[in-house]
Amino acid sequence: MAEAHPVGFQWVMEAKARGAKVIHVDPRFTRTSALCDTFVALRAGTDIAFLGGVINYVLSNELDFREYVVAYTNAATILREDYRDTEDLDGLFSGYDVETATYDPSSWQYDEEGADDASAQDQHMQRETASAMQHESHGVGVTAHPPRDETLQHPRCVYQVLKRHFARYTPEMVERTCGVSRAAFLEVCEAVTANSGRERTTALVYSVGWTQHSVGVQYIRTGAILQLLLGNMGRPGGGIMALRGHASIQGSTDIPTLFNLLPGYLPMPHAEQHPTLTDWIDSVRHPGAKGFWANAGVYGINLLKAYWGDAASAENDYCFDYLPRLTGDHGTYRTVLDMIDGSVKGYFLLGQNPAVGSAHGRAQRLGMANLDWLVVRDLFEIESATFWKSSPEIETGEIVPEECATEVFLLPAASHVEKEGTFTQTQRMLQWREKAVEPPGDCRSELWFFYHLGRMIRERLKAPSASSAAALSLSERDRPVLDLAWDYPVHGEHDEPSAEAVLREINGYEVASGRLLSSYTEMKDDGTTLGGCWIYSGVFKDGVNQAARRKPGSEQSWVAPEWGWAWPANRRILYNRASADPDGKPWSERKALVWWDEDAGEWTGHDIADFEPTKPPTYSPPEGSSGLEALAGDDPFIMQGDGKGALFVPQGLVDGPMPTHYEPVESPFGNPFYAQQANPTRKTYDRDDNPMNPSPDTGVFPFVFTTSRLTEHHTAGGMSRYLQYLSELQPEMFVEVSPALARERGLEHMGWCHVVTSRSAVEGRVLVTERLRPLRVEGRVVHQVWLPFHWGSGGMVSGDSANDLLGISLDPNVLIQESKVGTCDVRAGRRPRGAALREYVAGYLARAGLDGEEDS
Amino acid sequence: MSSDPAVATGYEDPPARKGFFTDTSVCIGCKACEVACKEWNEIPADDGFDLLGMSYDNTGALGGSTWRHVAFIEQPARPLPLVAPEPSVVELSPRVVEPEPRVVEHVETTTSPGETTDFRWLMSSDVCKHCTHAACLDVCPTGSLFRTEFGTVVVQPDICNGCGYCVPACPYGVIERRTGPAGTKNVGVAQKCTLCYDRLGAGQRPACAQACPTESIQFGDVDELRSRAEERVQRLHDDGVMDARLYGADPDDGVGGAGAFFLLLDEPEVYGLPPDPVVTTRDLPAMYKHATTAALTLLAGAVISFVGRRG
Repeated sequence: MAEAHPVGFQWVMEAKARGAKVIHVDPRFTRTSALCDTFVALRAGTDIAFLGGVINYVLSNELDFREYVVAYTNAATILREDYRDTEDLDGLFSGYDVETATYDPSSWQYDEEGADDASAQDQHMQRETASAMQHESHGVGVTAHPPRDETLQHPRCVYQVLKRHFARYTPEMVERTCGVSRAAFLEVCEAVTANSGRERTTALVYSVGWTQHSVGVQYIRTGAILQLLLGNMGRPGGGIMALRGHASIQGSTDIPTLFNLLPGYLPMPHAEQHPTLTDWIDSVRHPGAKGFWANAGVYGINLLKAYWGDAASAENDYCFDYLPRLTGDHGTYRTVLDMIDGSVKGYFLLGQNPAVGSAHGRAQRLGMANLDWLVVRDLFEIESATFWKSSPEIETGEIVPEECATEVFLLPAASHVEKEGTFTQTQRMLQWREKAVEPPGDCRSELWFFYHLGRMIRERLKAPSASSAAALSLSERDRPVLDLAWDYPVHGEHDEPSAEAVLREINGYEVASGRLLSSYTEMKDDGTTLGGCWIYSGVFKDGVNQAARRKPGSEQSWVAPEWGWAWPANRRILYNRASADPDGKPWSERKALVWWDEDAGEWTGHDIADFEPTKPPTYSPPEGSSGLEALAGDDPFIMQGDGKGALFVPQGLVDGPMPTHYEPVESPFGNPFYAQQANPTRKTYDRDDNPMNPSPDTGVFPFVFTTSRLTEHHTAGGMSRYLQYLSELQPEMFVEVSPALARERGLEHMGWCHVVTSRSAVEGRVLVTERLRPLRVEGRVVHQVWLPFHWGSGGMVSGDSANDLLGISLDPNVLIQESKVGTCDVRAGRRPRGAALREYVAGYLARAGLDGEEDS
Repeated sequence: MSSDPAVATGYEDPPARKGFFTDTSVCIGCKACEVACKEWNEIPADDGFDLLGMSYDNTGALGGSTWRHVAFIEQPARPLPLVAPEPSVVELSPRVVEPEPRVVEHVETTTSPGETTDFRWLMSSDVCKHCTHAACLDVCPTGSLFRTEFGTVVVQPDICNGCGYCVPACPYGVIERRTGPAGTKNVGVAQKCTLCYDRLGAGQRPACAQACPTESIQFGDVDELRSRAEERVQRLHDDGVMDARLYGADPDDGVGGAGAFFLLLDEPEVYGLPPDPVVTTRDLPAMYKHATTAALTLLAGAVISFVGRRG
C-alpha cells in the first residue's frame, strides 16, 4: 500500500500511531513491510491456503463471533443432500463437467423447493460473459426464506460444511504450501482473533496482488468468509478494503467501461438470454428473493430513459432494443486475440497502454499491428501508439513498419487538472474536481472527445449524401445513435460539454420539472424520471453538488460525511446494520456506528444506516414475501437474496461455492491439498501464440516470479517515464533476486540478467536484495523473483516490459488475467536481440515440451 | 552571544527560529519530498538517469541539484550481539551492506527474542542542517550566503561567484556548485536547501513538508520541534524501539545544534551522516591566535638575533 498508495498510507500510519498493529503478508519485503509491525513472506499464489488456514484456526478453536455468525450470515442455512465438497472429490465440487470445464451448481443450492432456476443458467455462458461480476453486486440469487438450523449442528448446514471444507488447511499445510513457518502463521492467527469481536475489529486491505490470479475472486471470498466469521463486516475499523489500481477505477466499474456491465452494475443484456426488457429485468430481480435488487426494473428503465430521453417510452420498452447485446466473451483478451485473427478492425485506447500494461505484450502489439485503425488518446506518445515503429516485434522482424497497415491516430488528452469532473475512490466516495488550467494546444477532455465524436457521427448519419444509398438502407440500424439524448450544454472556446450537466443526469431528475432526485428510492418505472446510475442518485441532492463538498475533518464527526459523497446515499460503511446486534444496539460502545432509536422510530448513529430508515430490528417478514418486504429487521446484507452474509455461495461463482487452494496455472509444485492442480474452470485460450509453462514444472522454468509497482512510477509508465523528476528516481528496469538465487545463477548486483518464460525473455539490471527470501515449500527451496512492470520502449527512461513474460490465463468469474504469479528461468547477461530472441524462446519451448502438447 | 542565530546575527525581534524535525521512523520512502522540492525550486534533474544500486536510492547524495535526498538502508537480520560490538569503521557513503554469502535454507519470518534482529529497511530524507554555527556561512567571501530572520542559511545565487569555498567547509557535504549544461538555471553557483525562504515569507510551509504524506518531515519552530521530538523518542522507547535517537537536536554539539534535525533508528553512520560533526571553522580563532603567536615569536626571535649581532 505504501508503494502504490503512499498518500492513503498515511492513514495506516495514523492507525499505527493510535496503537493499531499492522501485518503485511506478501511475497516480498516492500516499503509497506518496512513500516509494519509484522512481515510474513509467502509464496506468490498461495493466499487461499494461508487465509484458509486462518479460517480453520478460527473454526477449530471456536473463535468465531458466534452471535454475529448465527444472526447475520448463512452459517445456519441447510444445503441440499447431493452437495459434494472438495473433500469428497479430491479438489472438485459436485456437478463438474469435464467437457465444458464448468460446474452445474444445482447441487450447491439451499435445501428448498423453488430455488432460483437461474442456478441452471448456463455456467459456460456465465464464464464467457464474466457474469459473476453482476452476481457480486446483485448478491446471491437465492430465495428469501431458506431452511436454517440456528444451533449450527445440522451436518448439512453451511457452518459444518465450511468447517469440513477447511479442516485440511492446518498450520502444517500452510507451512508446506506457502513457505510460512508455523510460528509466523500462528502469530497472525492470534493477532487477528484477539483483535476481532465486540470490542475490537480487524480490517483486511488488499489490491491487485489478490485479484490478478486465476482464482482471484476466490481470494477475495476467502477474506470475506474470514471477516464474516470474525464479525468484522459492516463495522468500523473492520471490513475489507479493496485498494484499486487507478485513482478512479471504482468509477470505471460504477459507470462502466467494461463490456458486460451497465451503470449501477446492471448487466449488459445477452442476445439469447434477454430478448425482452422483462427477461432482462427478471434476470436481475430474482423474483422471490429479498433485497433491493427487486427494484432492478426501476433502475434499468431510468438508465434507458437517460440514454434515449424522449425517444424512450413504455410503448417501445424504453428503447431496450437499442442496447447492444453480448453474444459471448467480448473481454479485452478475447478482443486482442480476435485482432490477431483479423476479425477486429478498429480500437480506441483512452488513457490505456496495453503494449506495456496488459498481459502478453507481444500478443497485444501483434494484435494492434493487425488493425485497420487505432485511436490513442493520451498525454504522451505511449508505446501503444508507436508499436509499429518501436517495439520488440520491430527488432524481431515480426512487425515491419512499411508493411504494417494500421492507421494510428494519436490525439492529445487533457490531464486531470485540465478538466472538471468526479473521481470515485475505493470507499465509493465521489470527489468533484475543478478545472485548474486550460488544456494546452489541442488537448481535450474525454468528455469533449466523446460528445463531439457522437455529435459528428449523428450529423453524418442524418445527412444523406449521394454516396450513402447504403446509409439509407441502414437507417434502422442508425436509430440507436440518432435517438440518443445528446443535448448537453457546452461552454467556452472549444464547446466543452458541461460535466455538471452530466453529473446531474447521472443523479437523475424528474423529466417534466427537472427536479433533481434525492435518492434512488424516488425513481419511477413509468418514464417520469430518468437517472444514469441509480447508485449515484443523491450526489446532486437538493441541487447541491454533494461530491464537491470539502468540509475539513476537524470540523465534523470522525465519519466525515460532509467530505465528498459516497454511494449509495452517502453511506460510508456498507452493511453497517451489522454494527448493531439483532436488537439494534451496538455490539459495544467503542465500536458503535449505527443503532436503533426506539423513541424516534428510526435508525441513527454516526453513519447513515445502510438499511430502510424506519424498519425496526424486530420486524419479521410475512410468509411468502419477497423484495424489500422480505428483508427482516436483522438482515444486514440487504443486497443478498436471503439478507445474510455468504459464507457459502450457492450460485454466481463459476469455480465453486467456497474457496479452494489451487496452484497457479504455472507452478513449480503439485497441489499439496488435492489432486486437482489448478482452477478447473479457469478461462484459457489454447492457441499456439499463448503457450503456458508446464505445471508442475519440469525444471525448465524452476522459479516463481511476480510483478508489482514502484512508488516512483505509475502502471504502464505513460504518466511517469516521460517526466524527468520521476524518471531520475527509478531510471532503469531491474530484476530483484535474493543473494542465494544470485549465487545459483551467477548474477551480479548491478549486472544484467534476463527472465524467460514460454512467451518471451525480458532483461533488466540485477538488484540483489534480502527483501526476497528463498522459501521452503513441499520440502525444497524455491526462489521467487520480482519485476516492476513500468518499463517500455518509449519515454526518458526505457526498458523491457515485464508483462511480455505473461501469458493469458483468466479467472473464470471476471476474466482478470493471472499476472501476479508465473514460473520462469533467470539467466545472467542480456537477452538475445532481433530474430535470435524468438529462437531463444523457441529453444525453451522445445525443452519444456511445449511445441505441440498442452498440460491442463 | 545569543543561542538564537538570527538574534546573534543582529536581527531585532526576529520571528521564532524555523526548522525541520525529520522523523525517519515514519518515512515510507516515497520521495515526494525530492520531487516537491525540485518542482517548487525549479531544480533541474541531475545529469543522467543512472541506476546507483544503492537499494532504491538513485539520487545518491545531497548536492547542487538535490536538496532533499532519501536514503535507503537494507539491514539483513543478524544475530543480536552477546557482548557490546567493536566500534565499526565509519562508512560515510550510503551503500547497501553486501550480505555475507551463506546458504539460506529457510528464513524464519519471526525472530526469537535474543537470537536475531528482524530485517530492517531504514528510510530517511536528508536535508541541509541549517546549522547554528554554519561553516559555509563563515567562509563565504562574497556575502552570498546569509542568515535569514528565520535563523536559516540561504544562498543568494545572483551574488555567489562560484568560488566553492563553502563546499569543503560543510561538515555534512551538503552544499555544492550546480553542474549542468550552459544555460541551466544557477549553473556554476553554490546551491542548497533554502528551507523554502520564499514560501515562509508567504506564510506557507516548505514544499517538502507540505508534500510528505506521513508527516515524517515536520516544519515549525525549532524549540517546539525539539520538545515534540523528545516526546516521540520517549514514546518509541516505551514501545520497545530502543534504537530511536535524535541527531542534531543538541545545542551543545559541534555545530551548536541544527535547525533541521532528525530522529534516527540507528547510528548516524548507517545513514551516511557524520557521527560527530563539527563546524569546520570552529578552530579558526585558535588557529589565528596560534599563528599570530608563532609569527610574533618568529619576529621576536629575528629581532633578538639582529640585536644580538650588533655590538
